[in-house]
Amino acid sequence: METRFESVQVVRDGLKKVHYLADEGIAGVVFLAQRLGKPVLVEGPAGTGKTQLAKSVAELLGARLIRLQCYEGLDESKALYEWNYKKQLLRIQADKNSDSWSDVHEDIFSEEFLLTRPLLEAISSEEPVVLLIDEVDRVEVETEALLLEVLSEYQVSIPELGTITAKQIPMVFLTSNNTRELSEALKRRCLYLHVDYPDLEREKEIVLTKVPDISQNLADQIARIVRSIRQLDLKKSPSVSETLDWARTLMLLGIEHIDAQDAKETLHVLLKYQTDIAKAAKELSVEK
Amino acid sequence: MPVLDLMSGFIVELRNAGLPVSLTENLDAMQAVKEIPIEDREAFKYALGATLVKSNSHWRAFETIFEVYFSLRGPEYDISQDPNATEEEMWRKMQEQKPGEGKGSSGGSMDSLTPEEIAAMLMNALMNGDQAMMRALARQSVQRFAGMEPGRPVGGTYYLYRTLRNLDLDNMLDKLMQANRDRAQDELTALEERLEKDEYSSRIEQFKQEVEAEIRRRLVADRGAEAMAKTLRKPLPEDVEFMHASRDEMQSLKKALYPLTRKLAARLARKRRHGRKGPLDFRNTIRHSMAYGGVPADPKFKYPRPAKPELMVIADISGSVAAFARFTLMLVYAIQGQFSKVRSFVFIDGIDEVTSYFKSTEDIGEAIHRVNTEADVVWVDGHSDYGHAFEVFWERHGKDITSKTTVLLLGDARNNYHAAQSWVVKEIQKRARHVYWLNPEPRSYWNTGDSIVGEYGAYTDGVYECRNLRQLEGFVEKLA
Repeated sequence: METRFESVQVVRDGLKKVHYLADEGIAGVVFLAQRLGKPVLVEGPAGTGKTQLAKSVAELLGARLIRLQCYEGLDESKALYEWNYKKQLLRIQADKNSDSWSDVHEDIFSEEFLLTRPLLEAISSEEPVVLLIDEVDRVEVETEALLLEVLSEYQVSIPELGTITAKQIPMVFLTSNNTRELSEALKRRCLYLHVDYPDLEREKEIVLTKVPDISQNLADQIARIVRSIRQLDLKKSPSVSETLDWARTLMLLGIEHIDAQDAKETLHVLLKYQTDIAKAAKELSVEK
Repeated sequence: MPVLDLMSGFIVELRNAGLPVSLTENLDAMQAVKEIPIEDREAFKYALGATLVKSNSHWRAFETIFEVYFSLRGPEYDISQDPNATEEEMWRKMQEQKPGEGKGSSGGSMDSLTPEEIAAMLMNALMNGDQAMMRALARQSVQRFAGMEPGRPVGGTYYLYRTLRNLDLDNMLDKLMQANRDRAQDELTALEERLEKDEYSSRIEQFKQEVEAEIRRRLVADRGAEAMAKTLRKPLPEDVEFMHASRDEMQSLKKALYPLTRKLAARLARKRRHGRKGPLDFRNTIRHSMAYGGVPADPKFKYPRPAKPELMVIADISGSVAAFARFTLMLVYAIQGQFSKVRSFVFIDGIDEVTSYFKSTEDIGEAIHRVNTEADVVWVDGHSDYGHAFEVFWERHGKDITSKTTVLLLGDARNNYHAAQSWVVKEIQKRARHVYWLNPEPRSYWNTGDSIVGEYGAYTDGVYECRNLRQLEGFVEKLA
């Protein structure tokens, strides 16, 4: 890759420039990933900026982002490559009598008839790319094996064509919401990064960068209330994206200083379960 | 010590603590270390973490071992040559902050402070969130109050307790809140007060961690990293035994339970769909035949939807096995979507149905609390009597067991030499689809003393040892 990071600090500053506030751990792992040429497995609760991290790194490197959204039933024809059957059929039917069998055979299994899917595309790309394999925990364990060759050797083997090796090593991010244990084989090939809810200072910074025109005071208050709510025993703690939604809501409503009443009325932006809302409302306006 | 030796010692210790570190991961870590200087401690830690620890629940164990192994490396962590310059500066700052006292006698060192003064300064630092001051005070108070002597075979928790007691940290929060109230001009609203309180608790927590870290550093300096790592070795959350878990371990168990249930539910749902083929799905097959020029080369099948099992949980909640019963109930209810119906009963020597507690609220924690406080489980003396409990169960609910029901019996089967009434289990087995017994005791203790698990076990489809979360998880997966 053309741009090579100098140090962890450079990564951190660079990410900040593209409005992603990384902490020491995130920046360190991104730096290492590039140095060692290894994929990064990003785990953590939903809405903590796992996907955003890959996007931001792509922006920082000026690379193209190729995204593979995983889901149950994903197979190699959607992840790696597929032969363009229709085109192949057309080719065979187009001049039935002119070519000998071997010519046609050679011809229809050439790159022209290959449909590249995200993984192959990332490998064969000439310019730098960032490959994002999103929610990898959604595919079955067996399908994970599809990824292994790409992740460790940066190559794809196609029986009819041979092995396609990467022209440049792409940065790879895999995200997981941890709904199942990923296989050892996959984990071993990756650097592991756990992205948790940010601490108070970082969350405040995030609110300040992401929500334009918000006052220091309000951002501080938002971050503190969210921290208090996260300490409760909830079904689903508010994520960073929900914090941002809340901040925007408060801005729209023209609230400069949150009191218990405002908090109660807008809690539904932050929390998505009725029981959670009731609990938080009770806790926040607690009588002393 | 060269980095290589240090690293291999570190990795051996990680493995000893139960973290799975493979050879490739070891090599990766070595690679990573080349890229990141050991002096940059935070980055160094994350680099090792990213290459060696592949599960968040293992992070804490990793962190502790890291602290022990690398605590004496890097200039700012070396206690033998305290960075005096900063200490001195700190001291000057403290002098300025202590107005009115005007005691010229304090000769320029922290040692001359009285405990009260230290406590007052600590309060000040906590109030203002002064990190550097908190760190300095943590050091000072450990040196002063912990009473650490070289070679003394006492654990770190003892020193921690001594230090914190001397600082009166338990009451610190109240004091801070009071001071805050005095300082504020207007009355604080409940919300503001709550936020302030959370802020202070987090600062106090931070200070506690500083103290802990300081104690650990001193212990390592005294005893060496290997010995220290051994004393600090703690089981991973999934290996903690239910019957002997401390309060802290209970907390970490509870935390580990939630992601586990999510995982389990996802896995079970998947398993139910997986690997079974039903009749041909004509529509789907035709759709996929497009890829083969209209030839249905890739037949697709419909997935059958097998019936979900019905579950009855009968749990002993007497003292020794209460924690186990609680965890199993929590686990079962967290994944109740995987069963068509869940009913639960708890007993000591009397038995009571508690299904309604879980129905009335979505909050499992609250339901468990009600089970502990409201369920009517004592018949005579509140000592386990399996025989009587089973008998009553059979009388009242035996009819409800059908061929779809799976019955789970939880307990150590320590019957206090009461009559076993094992015929009930035999009858249950006749009616139910399956009967399983889960025992939280180690297998070697079974059928010793008043344990009669063998007698009951003869009529079940299996008795399982469930000492920790790992075993429990394994069993539940099998069940659904």
